[in-house]
Amino acid sequence: MAGNRGTVQSMVSVSSAADDQSFVRFHNVQKSYDGETLVVKNLNLDIARGEFLTMLGPSGSGKTTCLMMLAGFENATHGEIRLKGQRIDNVPPHKRDIGMVFQNYALFPHMTVAENLAFPLKVRSIAKAEIAERVKKVLDMVKLGHLGNRMPAQLSGGQQQRVAVARALVFEPTLVLMDEPLGALDKNLREQMQYEIKHIHEGLGVTIVYVTHDQSEALTMSNRIAVFEDGVIQQLASPADLYERPQNAFVASFIGENNRLPGKVESLNGKDCGVRLADGSLIRALPVNVSGQGDATTLSLRPERVRINPDSGTDNTFEAKVEELIYLGDHIRTRVNVCGNDEFIIKVPNSEQNGQLAAGETVRVGWSAQDCRALDA
Amino acid sequence: MALPTYAGPLERTWYYGFRIFCGLIFFFLMAPILVIIPLSFNVQPYFTYTREMLTLDPAGFSMRWYNAFWNSTAWMNAIRNSLIVGVSATLIATVLGTLAALGLSRREMPFRGLIMGLLISPMIVPLIISAAGMFFFYSSVGLAGTFPGVILAHAALGTPFVIITVTATLVGFDHSLTRAAASLGASPATAFRKITMPLILPGVISGALFAFITSFDEIVIVLFLAGVEQRTIPREMWSGIRESISPTILAVATILVMFSIALLTTIELLRRRSERLRGMAPQ
Ligand SMILES: Nc1ncnc2c1ncn2[C@@H]1O[C@H](COP(=O)(O)OP(=O)(O)OP(=O)(O)O)[C@@H](O)[C@H]1O
Ligand SMILES: [Mg+2]
Repeated sequence: MAGNRGTVQSMVSVSSAADDQSFVRFHNVQKSYDGETLVVKNLNLDIARGEFLTMLGPSGSGKTTCLMMLAGFENATHGEIRLKGQRIDNVPPHKRDIGMVFQNYALFPHMTVAENLAFPLKVRSIAKAEIAERVKKVLDMVKLGHLGNRMPAQLSGGQQQRVAVARALVFEPTLVLMDEPLGALDKNLREQMQYEIKHIHEGLGVTIVYVTHDQSEALTMSNRIAVFEDGVIQQLASPADLYERPQNAFVASFIGENNRLPGKVESLNGKDCGVRLADGSLIRALPVNVSGQGDATTLSLRPERVRINPDSGTDNTFEAKVEELIYLGDHIRTRVNVCGNDEFIIKVPNSEQNGQLAAGETVRVGWSAQDCRALDA
Repeated sequence: MALPTYAGPLERTWYYGFRIFCGLIFFFLMAPILVIIPLSFNVQPYFTYTREMLTLDPAGFSMRWYNAFWNSTAWMNAIRNSLIVGVSATLIATVLGTLAALGLSRREMPFRGLIMGLLISPMIVPLIISAAGMFFFYSSVGLAGTFPGVILAHAALGTPFVIITVTATLVGFDHSLTRAAASLGASPATAFRKITMPLILPGVISGALFAFITSFDEIVIVLFLAGVEQRTIPREMWSGIRESISPTILAVATILVMFSIALLTTIELLRRRSERLRGMAPQ
């Protein structure tokens, strides 16, 4: 899933998000629609100028609600939202100067593409000649220069999507919100659009808050990712950090594939800990989210960090029985039974030194304590 | 929907029987209207077909009653009154009905069903009852026998049509469009003018046409409320039949039928245009 991550990793330099002049700040924001259940619980989030921040999380976790509060279509029940240091709670949506790409595009069906793009400029009373020029420029940017006279209904899904992005950018807002803008596209178009949005972001230096529930999309595009679950940010980190160093079991399982081994902490010092699994095997792991001996924990281990026939000095080595092999071209997904867990996945790179495994065979597998993270149970 | 080749005798009977039945219904609906059109060209002052007419002898036809119509001050006054009342009532009904439909389409609106029922009740309550009620009420506030009185009464009759057609248009309306307009910097008023209004316009216009037609051929309320000054076309036809029995009213009826056909054609064209705008039909 995260195979091509890093290839378009952003080179934008992002100022420290924690400084006082953060561009967008959610401070203790809570939101309840019905006055009983909180769909956003005490949200604190600072977004830096020029940042590409992604809100990632399962359905119903409150991502759209956060965007709607920022755009001004919902009010926060509690807490405050600041933009450039100013409270925006009392500013009506049309004065916030925030571009927004809606999940369903929301193109005006009775206007041509060019008229759609000219709309935000017209309401700002910009001169006709300049409008025409800026519309042309933004159409070229999204590579739709020849389609200005079409009606939205005459465009393909991907073209409509690009018009929606162009319309949110044409009036040069400093902040653009995108709510699952690629949700309706097929895989190829989706990837192509991810690159285009990324390039636009780098080219214009706008701040983008992006919502998705597709983790590979989040990993390829973002400077930082906020992982939402049930109205709470579980972790806020760069894509690499999130993937390599998940802070809890939810994040570990939500981002990328991982092997989960439940156990109990038996020994703990600053650098590593020993975890006893149900079948009795003892694993050395990196303590992340455990506080003391006897804690229940879930070990999280990425399938690509497990070695077949490891070097002798490896922290953890075990006998494993190969259960199933799935050929995936660049790697072979190998399901083994190890430490009493028969859902254990290893990604074996398709290279000569790994030779041929066969189902039923017994092999030695191993991984380092650093790669095996002891998280909350 | 041609008859499939495998159809049995029963299906064949049903297929043709159904078409004949539909034809009869159309005949039943249209005959009374169609029959008066040739009669309005009658040379004789009768309401029956003469021998000349049946043999298509040109001597049996004339524009006599049309001329009588154009030259009658009573009829011309009636047309003027009908237009004054119809246009004013339509304007009021359209504005009120559109606003009501917009409000009623909002999710946060409380008691929507109840309010909707109240607003469209003039369509359901028997006209004679509304008319009698209005007569007593308007008399006590001095509106009976005045143009404003007739106009208000007709506006009340026309509003439900506007509410219904605009509500129907709003069902398919994507409310994220107004949010999009706001995010692009449009004030609520601008968003309404540039986005909402153009998209619901077909519904507004068909509602307005229905309201206008309702007022244009309304007689019961006019009989109760209107004074001599406010004689409308239907009121004039009413007395024409009862007092003078002149085929002039056939000429008027024919003109009104043509007028209605023009209005209904407009509605249909607008409906097609709105479907095209919403991408429901191929261009
Ligand atoms: N207008 C509303 N009225 C009441 N409850 C709502 C409303 N909008 C959202 N909710 C509830 O708030 C919660 C969060 O919704 P939200 O739309 O923010 O989720 P999301 O993270 O965007 O999910 P998805 O990925 O499916 O779009 C959900 O439980 C939802 O049922
Ligand atoms: Mg959502």
